[in-house]
Amino acid sequence: MIGKAKYSKDRGFSMDNQKLAKQLMKKSKTARYERMGKLGSLAMLLLIMVIVIGIIVFVTSKGLTMFFSDHISFKDFLTGTLWNPGTKTPSGHPAVGALPMIVGSFLVTILAALISTPFAIGTAVYMTEISPKRGAKILQPVTELLVGIPSVVYGFIGLSLVVPFVRNTLGGSGFGILSGTFVLFVMILPTIVSMTVDSLKSVPTFYHQASLALGATQWQTIWKVVLRAATPGILTAIVFGMARAFGEALAVQMVIGNASLMPHNLISPASTLTSVLTAGMGNTVMGSLQNDALWSLALVLLLMSLFFSLLVHFIGRRGSFKK
Amino acid sequence: MKDTQKQSSLAIGILRGIAGFVVLILIFLLGYIFITGLPNVSWHFLTSPAKAFTAGGGIGIQLFNSFYLLILAMVISLPISIGASIYLSEYVKDNLFTDTIRTSIEILSSLPSVVVGLFGFLLFVIQFNFGFSIISGALTLTIFNLPLLTRNIEESINGVSSDQLQGGLGLGLSKFETIYHIVIPAALPGIISGIILCSGRVFGEAAALIYTAGQSAPALNFGDWNPFNIDSPLSPMRPAETLAVHIWKINSEGIMPDLSKISSGSAAVLVLAILIFNLSARYVGRKVFERMTSAR
Amino acid sequence: MKDLDLLNKNNERFIYQFESGSNILMATKNLKIYYGDTLAMQNADLQFKKNSITALIGPSGSGKSTFLRSLDRMNDGVAITKGQIYYRGIDINRPEIDVYEVRRRIGMVFQRPNPFAKSIYENIAFALKRRGMHDKKKLDEVVEKSLRQAAIWDQVKDDLNKSALSLSGGQAQRVCIARALAVQPDVLLLDEPASALDPISTAQIEETLIDLKKDYTIIIVTHNMEQASRLSDYTVFFNLGQAIEYNTTKEIFTTPKVKLTENYVSGNFG
Repeated sequence: MIGKAKYSKDRGFSMDNQKLAKQLMKKSKTARYERMGKLGSLAMLLLIMVIVIGIIVFVTSKGLTMFFSDHISFKDFLTGTLWNPGTKTPSGHPAVGALPMIVGSFLVTILAALISTPFAIGTAVYMTEISPKRGAKILQPVTELLVGIPSVVYGFIGLSLVVPFVRNTLGGSGFGILSGTFVLFVMILPTIVSMTVDSLKSVPTFYHQASLALGATQWQTIWKVVLRAATPGILTAIVFGMARAFGEALAVQMVIGNASLMPHNLISPASTLTSVLTAGMGNTVMGSLQNDALWSLALVLLLMSLFFSLLVHFIGRRGSFKK
Repeated sequence: MKDTQKQSSLAIGILRGIAGFVVLILIFLLGYIFITGLPNVSWHFLTSPAKAFTAGGGIGIQLFNSFYLLILAMVISLPISIGASIYLSEYVKDNLFTDTIRTSIEILSSLPSVVVGLFGFLLFVIQFNFGFSIISGALTLTIFNLPLLTRNIEESINGVSSDQLQGGLGLGLSKFETIYHIVIPAALPGIISGIILCSGRVFGEAAALIYTAGQSAPALNFGDWNPFNIDSPLSPMRPAETLAVHIWKINSEGIMPDLSKISSGSAAVLVLAILIFNLSARYVGRKVFERMTSAR
Repeated sequence: MKDLDLLNKNNERFIYQFESGSNILMATKNLKIYYGDTLAMQNADLQFKKNSITALIGPSGSGKSTFLRSLDRMNDGVAITKGQIYYRGIDINRPEIDVYEVRRRIGMVFQRPNPFAKSIYENIAFALKRRGMHDKKKLDEVVEKSLRQAAIWDQVKDDLNKSALSLSGGQAQRVCIARALAVQPDVLLLDEPASALDPISTAQIEETLIDLKKDYTIIIVTHNMEQASRLSDYTVFFNLGQAIEYNTTKEIFTTPKVKLTENYVSGNFG
């Protein structure tokens, strides 16, 4: 690359200039710093990517072991209702039915999201539209704190308050889908609130002004203009909340009762993918069918999490204020 | 016209009610945790080891483990996050590569922590043969921590005016030098707040740890600080139940007679710690900013 | 208004040529700057004389800042610059040239004062330290000398450890000038350095620049025509991505050769 000979011949510079040209063409220490720094930071970024790919590949391959090495059919896994890996069902199929857990996971997630959403949107609207001052001063720190409370603490409170409450009012043991839903409702509420607040805040102020100027009431403005405009952001918030609920392990595991049975009602002990995973992983031997079956549950969990990410991505693409 | 006004004020009244309800939930939660928990917290409780079968156990070792794991995880994740966020905020161009990277960070941040924990179990505990240990736990927490910390740092870097970068380049400094020595220090208030907030999250995490750092807290010899001895508090190869895992563990299968006292005390300590992390994140960030912009 | 040939339809241009033997420190040749596919600068073969002040004037969007930033290759990665940029007779617009050494020798001061979030002392000393100067005594000397050159020493000498972010706009801009001088450049590029400052600070900066002329070659972008006429020896008028007229400042402001220039300096457009 260095063409200094040609250069000096072409131009016939004085000795002084040749010295300067040499100086200017020497790769400086600074250029080396730049190369090293850029490569180093790229390496860190790639490391994160490798980790993500590693997680997906590892969990997928472990999760598929049961189907390919132990020759269990997907149908038995996804539609069976008896979970006791290593044994057979009365009808002679392997007892690896994950349906009770899948149903349990979806039930608590959907119920929690259904209850949380109106509360979350109401709170977010109050924070941004009705009383922004009080919103910033009281509710913002409150939601941040609620987001920060560890899930085991939610589980502990569920165990010492919600479960006895359900037991005393509705009967049964108190453990079950309903208690799980309650705990998750409180857990995902702040997540949905804070993300909804962000999307409401991104609605341009002239939307409000235009609507109010047309004679709409504050409520009409909120309902017909602001919420409509922020819908993609709110949907994203709800999906995030659901993803958190679906993946939550310990809080749910502490209150749901951990019986791998199809839930018959909301107050009978049930289980979710995560609860069976956390309770079971320590009691099985690596490489056994019992263990492989658990990894298959983990794979379902991973796939659902990827699905939620995809959904967020998809909604985000159609978001209204970003181009 | 009057009807719509009435409807409007009714709707807004309901919204006020909802917001009030949410505040009540928090007050109730905090109140419950602290009122039932704090009376059980004493110096003895905070410093003595747990007991499995008899009353009077503490959470000393768990508390130490939580902090030790937190510090290790932060020390490992900081350079990775800083490097990654420098690249993301200053070097990437809009193309497929960038898209893939951002998507994978998003995916990592939304993975359930139990999945991250299982991956850590598979890789560190089994594959690398680290066993249930501090090091397995710290590495797993690092993975758990990376996406959020990276995003926080990237946002702080983006918050620094591009004039600073231009200034450095204009002096003949390389882009990386300028970012590392000028932009990052300027972003420090935000970065520190981000680190403290992430610390709160890591401190309270349990699902990622139960199969990596383990669920037991063997007695430690607090006179021996040689990390190569297995009963030294610093030993990275010993199993280490943290406070959060402890709460889960004793509530699921604890049999000590003062179980409820211990778990409510532990929960109060955990929430108090998180509360301190949250409040100090704002305070420390602001202080650093003031120190940077005003006379010393 | 009819005689305002805003588009310069005849493409009239006048570029001053220095006599041979003049001490030319920087020059551009066949310069073409592209943003993506858009040609943002052409017809700008200019020469800059050693120890002179040259003002670049023109309406916003005329390309004067783009031109200035190409001179120390600050456009790298933002725009594509074709053609030759000579510094002391050496074409520095080539990939094998070390851009960092170029930028050290050709310093730049920006429109908005941009002191680093460090102490005043560190603002000046930082780049030197990065280049391997660690002798405390030497650093102290350079810091003092640079701050004196930028005429800010007396105001800050007791507060060198104070954060530079606490300075007023005018003071901060002086520290930025001192910072650029500390790495011993011989060309100083300034991009509207006084546009964010009050009139008093502006006048002080102008005085400082005139003092600096004896040691440095100065090229300054300004939208303020009085400033250009007070300050500079030569003036270039840019319009729509071309250098329209280059002449001594006196000629440009009294007897411009191109109609368009006349319209601009007399305030009829822009």
